[in-house]
Parts: sequence; C-alpha cells; structure tokens
Amino acid sequence: MSLQQAAGRVRSRSHAGYVAYLVHRLSGLALAVFLPFHFFVLGNALNGAAGLDDFLLWAANPWVKLGEWLLVSALALHMAGGIRVLAIEFLPWSERQKTYIMLCIAFAIAAGLLFLLAARHG
Amino acid sequence: MAEFLTVDIWRGGAEGQLQRFDVPRSDNQTVLDVVTHVQKVLEPSLAYRFACRVGMCGSCAMMVNGKARWTCRTHVKKVAADGRLTLEPLANLPRIRDLVADLAPFFDKWQAAGGQFKPQAELGDDFAIVPPSGAARRQADEAIECIGCAVCYASCDVVAGQPDYLGPAALNRAWTLMNDGRDGAQDERLKAVSGAGGCQNCHTQQGCRDACPKGLNPTRSIAGLKRMSLMALIEGRL
Amino acid sequence: MSGRGEMWLFLAQRASAVVMAPLVLIHLAVIIYAVRSGLSAEAIFARTRGSALWAGFYGLFVVAVSVHAALGCRAISAEWAGWRGNRVDGVWAAFGVLLLIAGLRAVAGVIW
Ligand code: HEM
Ligand code: SF4
Ligand code: SF4
Ligand code: FES
Repeated sequence: MSLQQAAGRVRSRSHAGYVAYLVHRLSGLALAVFLPFHFFVLGNALNGAAGLDDFLLWAANPWVKLGEWLLVSALALHMAGGIRVLAIEFLPWSERQKTYIMLCIAFAIAAGLLFLLAARHG
Repeated sequence: MAEFLTVDIWRGGAEGQLQRFDVPRSDNQTVLDVVTHVQKVLEPSLAYRFACRVGMCGSCAMMVNGKARWTCRTHVKKVAADGRLTLEPLANLPRIRDLVADLAPFFDKWQAAGGQFKPQAELGDDFAIVPPSGAARRQADEAIECIGCAVCYASCDVVAGQPDYLGPAALNRAWTLMNDGRDGAQDERLKAVSGAGGCQNCHTQQGCRDACPKGLNPTRSIAGLKRMSLMALIEGRL
Repeated sequence: MSGRGEMWLFLAQRASAVVMAPLVLIHLAVIIYAVRSGLSAEAIFARTRGSALWAGFYGLFVVAVSVHAALGCRAISAEWAGWRGNRVDGVWAAFGVLLLIAGLRAVAGVIW
C-alpha cells in the first residue's frame, strides 16, 4: 500500500460515525476482557472479607487507580455510545449525529473526572 | 494551477500494479475526464466504465485517492489539491481489469435481499393508488433515488469484514419495497434481509451515508429494516 | 445459525443493552460514591449483605452482561478475524456461560 493509498484509507474512515463505532467497539472489548477478573476478585469475597481487603489494598496503588479510571471512563463511554446506537436504530432519524457523539464523549469525560475526584478523597 | 497532474492508475486484475501518467490540467476537469484522456491519448488499452457522464447511470464509480466516488461528477480540484490522483477499481469487489471491478456480487446481493418487486395484484385488478403523501411512501421517498453505483458498498467496513453481508445498497433497495403498498412479498423479504448476512450486521457507522453521491441515507433504511425484522420475529412471521 | 436464529441473537444483544443502560448508570454512581469514602470490604458488605434489592440488581446485571458481551465478542471475531461458524459460536457461548457462572458467584460473594 502506498502512502497515498494509506492516507485515503484513513480519510475514508475518519468520519465521525466510524470513529464513534471504533471507540464503542474498543471500549466494549476492554470491558469484556476486564469482566472475568472483576468477577473473580469479587467472587473471592465468598472466602471472607480478608481476601477482598487484600485485593483492595493492592488496588490502592496509583497505577491500579489509573487502570480503574480508564475502565470507569470506558464503561461510561460504552454506555453512552450504546444508547446512541439504540437511538439510531429504534428512534426516528436525527440529523444531529455529531452532537450526540460529542455528548457521549462529554459524558465519559465527566464520569472519569468525577471518579478521579472521588478517588482523591478516598 | 500546476500544468500536469500526476496520476497513478491500477493496471491488471487481482494481481497488478500502479502505472503513472502525466495528464494535462484543464478547467472544470472531472476525474472521468482524466481517465478518458489517459485512455484516448496515452494508453488505449486502459479499461474503465462510464455511460451517462451526468450522474445518472451509476457506472463510473472507482476509488479516487482511497475513497469511493462517482468520477463523472467529481471535480479534480476538489480531490487533488496537491496535483496527485491515485485511481483504483471499487473496493470490496473482485477486480476484473484496470479500473473495472466485477459488480456481479453487488447485484447478486440485491437479488438475495429480495430486491425484486413482487406484485400483489392480479391481472385485471384496478390500478393501485399510492398517494405521494402517504406515510409509507414518504419513508421510501429518498431511498428510491439510488442509482446503484456501489459507492456505498465499497465504503462499508462491515462489507469488508463480513463478505456475506448484503450491504447498504441492497438493503436500501429492500427498504423501498417494504414500503411499497403494492408489494406482495413482505414477509419473504424480511426473511431475506434478516439471515446471516442481514441488516442486523450493520453497525450504524454511516460510511455509506457519508459516501453516497446522491446524499442518500442507507443507515436509516437499514435501521427501518431492523425494526421491521424484530417486529416480525416477535410476531412469529420470520 | 439459521436466519431466524441470527435475529434472536440480535434481539438478545440489543435487549440486554437496554436492560443494562439504567443498571450501568446506577453502577457508575455507586462506584463514585463508594470510592469517595474509601473502598473496603466492610463498606461494600454493609451495603450488600442480605439485601434482596442488590441481589436482584447485580443478578440481573450479570445475566444481561453475559449475553451481551458474548454476542458482542462474536461480532468482533467474525468481522475482524474472520472466525465464523458453529465451532466459534460454541466458544463464545462457553465464554458467556463462564461469565454467568463467575458473575453469579461474585454476586453470591457480596450478598451472603
Ligand atoms: C449501559 C450498558 C450498555 C449498553 C447500552 C450497550 C450497548 C451496546 C450496543 C448497542 C452494542 C452494539 C454495537 C454495534 O453493533 O455496533 C454493543 C456492543 C458491545 N458491547 Fe455493549 N452496551 C452496554 C454495556 C456493555 C458492557 C458492560 C460490556 C462489557 C462486558 C459490553 C460489551 C460490548 C461488546 C464487547 C460489544 C461488541 C462491540 C461491537 O460489536 O462493536 N457492553 N453494546
Ligand atoms: S451504516 Fe451500516 S451499511 Fe452503512 S457503511 Fe455503516 S455498517 Fe455499512
Ligand atoms: S445508495 Fe447511494 S452510494 Fe449506494 S448504490 Fe445507491 S446511489 Fe450509490
Ligand atoms: S457516468 Fe453515469 S454516473 Fe458517472
């Protein structure tokens, strides 16, 4: 593929709808990869609070907090983006697609910031 | 304005390479004008398609700098600001020769999606009256303007990844017939558009809508089919 | 997968999304509320232990997400990796069942 062809490929996929689809897909994938670990850790609560607290201690690490922030943002983004897809599919067409995509991103950023703010208190 | 355009054109079928031509610039030049110049003056063996030259027949579409476009209505100055053009046959379709893509899979899918009108009426029945203001007719108003150019098909990422996906144009066609009060194959067609390659594969990316030279919105038509198919499923008609 | 089967899967994917929309919203709110006062097993259990409401909430969440995530991954693997057919469907179904089991075990862990 020549540079120009590659540029064309990127350009033909750079419209807002494609970016929204890609972000929705990648956030969904990230959540699906994370979910088994999430369940595993919580499932260990069956063995009593001690096991869970050990984990939570480990999770206080700033790097883990960063990961959590990413996941919270991904969840918010995927939910908002998912509602957007449902609206396209099940509500009358709206010409304000770009506005809705922006709202989804804004919602995810807001949720992520709230999480960071809250985590700083904790 | 530079005096010459640097034009790279695909030569060969599935296997092949780009060949470079220098084409003189002129006012109001379209991409089709460029290809025609190459074929008439520089390389008579170049294969390409066109017919109407005015955006009606849908035969001249190809990849222009990586993007699917009709070429007869695409001005060079809009797409080649830097004086360079790369032309290839439409994506997501087999390549026959040079700029000619094999559209058989594209139109086969129109058939597979129930793209044929099946009349309900018997011979001798009265004329069916379809008021232009009727709700169903208005749903199909825009979608019937499709010229079958396959630009949307070449621009759809799901077609690229899921070869049996019927694609935006065939589904858009099916949507027009689902809103045709005279049609007598409604449930049959819903079955055709909701199978393995059906409307539910569309991820509403709107690549088709962005690319359609007629400004149509297959995404919306497909969403309509999704709703109809789900209703039919729940009501046991699928 | 038969034609009608594909449509059932589509319905399941979208219906689970609709079910989860409010659940995720509440989940996000609870997460943010919970980290504010510092996460501890004690604080989590104080909320959840013996609560039928939270059991129902998380139970429904787990069922919906198992269906939804497995079908989502099925679409991705079909389009991006070209993995299709009954064997692949079986793998994703197993993934869904695994999520369901692990998820219900997690719910049991925080409720009982
Ligand atoms: C608020 C709740 C949620 C909503 C409204 C929602 C909505 C959606 C929708 C509508 C799709 C289909 C997208 C498409 O076909 O283009 C989808 C795909 C997907 N979702 Fe969700 N979802 C939610 C929560 C989740 C969660 C918690 C997970 C994590 C396990 C998840 C994982 C996925 C995956 C992996 C896909 C496939 C992505 C794709 O096909 O592009 N979703 N979601
Ligand atoms: S909206 Fe659907 S049909 Fe159109 S390009 Fe996107 S996936 Fe393809
Ligand atoms: S919907 Fe638009 S892009 Fe697609 S075939 Fe019809 S006219 Fe061409
Ligand atoms: S030549 Fe007919 S549409 Fe371009």
